[in-house]
Amino acid sequence: MVNMIRAKQPLGPNVVELVVEAPRIAARARAGQFVVVRLHERGERIPLTLADWDPGRGTITLVVQMVGKSTRELGERFGIGDTIRDVVGPLGSPSAIRRYGTVVCVGGGVGIAPVYPIARALREEGNEVIAVVGARTKDLLLWLDRIAAVSSELHIATDDGTQGVKGVVTIPLQEVLTARKVAHVWAIGPAIMMKFCARTCQEFEVPVTVSLNAIMLDGTGMCGACRVEVGGETRFSCVDGPEFPGDLVNWDLLLSRLGTFTDEERYALERYVAARGGRL
Amino acid sequence: MRERDPRARTNTFDEVPFGYTPDEAREEAARCLQCRDAPCMNGCPVNIHIPKFIREIREGDFRAAIATIKQTNNLPAVCGRVCPQEVQCQAPCTLGRRFEPVAIGRLERFAADWESQHGVRVPEVAPPTGFRIAVVGSGPAGLTCAADLQREGHAVTVFEALHEPGGVLMYGIPEFRLPKRIVQGEIANLRKMGVAIEVNAVIGRTFTVDDLFTEGYEAVFIGTGAGLPQFLGIPGENFVGIYSANEFLTRVNLMRAYLFPDYDTPVKVGTTVAVVGGGNVAMDAARTALRLGAERVMILYRRTEAEMPARVEEVHHAKEEGVELHVLVNPVRFRGEGGRVVGVECLRMELGEPDGSGRRRPVPVPGSNFVLPVATVIVAIGNQPHPLVPRTTPGLRVAGGGTIWTDEEGATSREGVFAGGDIATGAATVISAMGAGKRSAAAIHRSLTHSHGRP
Repeated sequence: MVNMIRAKQPLGPNVVELVVEAPRIAARARAGQFVVVRLHERGERIPLTLADWDPGRGTITLVVQMVGKSTRELGERFGIGDTIRDVVGPLGSPSAIRRYGTVVCVGGGVGIAPVYPIARALREEGNEVIAVVGARTKDLLLWLDRIAAVSSELHIATDDGTQGVKGVVTIPLQEVLTARKVAHVWAIGPAIMMKFCARTCQEFEVPVTVSLNAIMLDGTGMCGACRVEVGGETRFSCVDGPEFPGDLVNWDLLLSRLGTFTDEERYALERYVAARGGRL
Repeated sequence: MRERDPRARTNTFDEVPFGYTPDEAREEAARCLQCRDAPCMNGCPVNIHIPKFIREIREGDFRAAIATIKQTNNLPAVCGRVCPQEVQCQAPCTLGRRFEPVAIGRLERFAADWESQHGVRVPEVAPPTGFRIAVVGSGPAGLTCAADLQREGHAVTVFEALHEPGGVLMYGIPEFRLPKRIVQGEIANLRKMGVAIEVNAVIGRTFTVDDLFTEGYEAVFIGTGAGLPQFLGIPGENFVGIYSANEFLTRVNLMRAYLFPDYDTPVKVGTTVAVVGGGNVAMDAARTALRLGAERVMILYRRTEAEMPARVEEVHHAKEEGVELHVLVNPVRFRGEGGRVVGVECLRMELGEPDGSGRRRPVPVPGSNFVLPVATVIVAIGNQPHPLVPRTTPGLRVAGGGTIWTDEEGATSREGVFAGGDIATGAATVISAMGAGKRSAAAIHRSLTHSHGRP
């Protein structure tokens, strides 16, 4: 049945991988695109970047970090055999996959999952893919085997040093950019990580593409909630992006707009957790 | 027509006008002079036989009245509420020369509401022709086109990008002006006729127009509307607290943010709200902001009230509810603190020579800058045609302003592809989109039956 959850597994604390039946989306999906899901009749529309898809089986794979009410609900209350009310996509413009030469794909936290199909597509196109992944701690690293399978080198960084180098992803990124002639970098992760990756790439004069996680409503270009500034121009992340040149993004604006509904999001989460008899 | 009290109604999203009782309707219908030349009909984009349905209401035959309306209008409950009757059917009304014109819109609404209370008769559908037709977009143009084609016996599938059909009727027009159960009722009737509706199908992403032909559809009607919000293009427009009217209204109408946290989608209005624009959408946004708890709501419009494109009734309702009209005012920049909007800097305007639209052009008064402190801004200065289908359909000719080029019958530059409504004309009215949907349906029916030699 369409939108039914076929597989589900935890990938670490508060991170879950879901395989969802969505044959129409799987048939057309390309690296860099996303879907919008709505869990139930009263649900909000949440954008989730495609982590993988299988046109043969007609499924898509989503990796969800359970940070807010809706993502917690998806991770905690939806199991195998349950159906998500609405799944729409694939949305957004696909990544510009072509022959660059040597490329670096940086994934931070749950951003490791959506960078995987980009790395895979770049490799299939004949690029040498160097992967750099990072997280706060070892338990939050995910899909290392998949990333390793599509890259020639895998560099790992954790904030607390429990795996790989101690520190943030820009440390291995700098090393790679120093040692190798890199034609292009992709960076997906928290906004702040992408901002610093973009800065590092600028220092080395290497073009960098980032995937922006702006607030979205419809995801098809109708509302403008996801507007970002790129090179001084207003763009809609849902249709013009979500990928943009990282060196041109106004990061402060993105971070500030991401905080539009902070109070409401916190309230909704507290209410959800209280209703489940738990604590935050 | 009786209405909810202006003060009480701003606490709810309930519909404002109550609608006529049968006695009130018959009394209003009795005012109609039954002019033989029926000037009112010329003002109706779908040519409803107005004197006939009014006569039937006067005679108390409400079933006949709604049948007369439905011969040419599939969505009377909607049109009776949102059509700009004062510039359409009611403008040429003979009575209007000396008195109030007959309240044709209210009578239309009455007939439609009477039917929904007394059992809707689903229109008869012709025997199946075997032709499959795809309708892209489920707003007024798409729904009308789908209904007319299904009635001819074709198998129609409507593709809708959002999770609920209805287009602007669902996401744009607020509950207090057009209750969503009415739109849902009309859509249920369409389904009863056999129309298939697929939601969450974004043509241009999930499928393309070419995919639809590959899948076996023999004709495609594009009614994707004017969904691309226009912004002012002035400094500070991306501060937190500045919404497009589309975003603000979609949060509230489609996503039911006014019921947050019972519904998951939030919306936030501060104590002082500025709405930029003078159309129906601006009035809808302003009245919605009041209902969400704003203490002061200002409409900022660069011309005067006389030039406002909004329906007279909408401006009247907005003022009655306490919305302030600030006319001859044009925002030039937004002021922010910590990334949030705190003020809008405006210039005063005066009216100069008439422009291309025939309205006197607003001219800025130099040095007249002033700042209005605001917590929320809603930009309601219009929408442009949605670009996704034109961008992803090779060979589809695009005309000025991003509209899809069509001939008078809605045929585009691609064979078998028709378009109508806001996507072809730029932002206009519900009823003109319905008129376009009807014309295209007739043209599609003709082209299919002629070229294939079937009935």
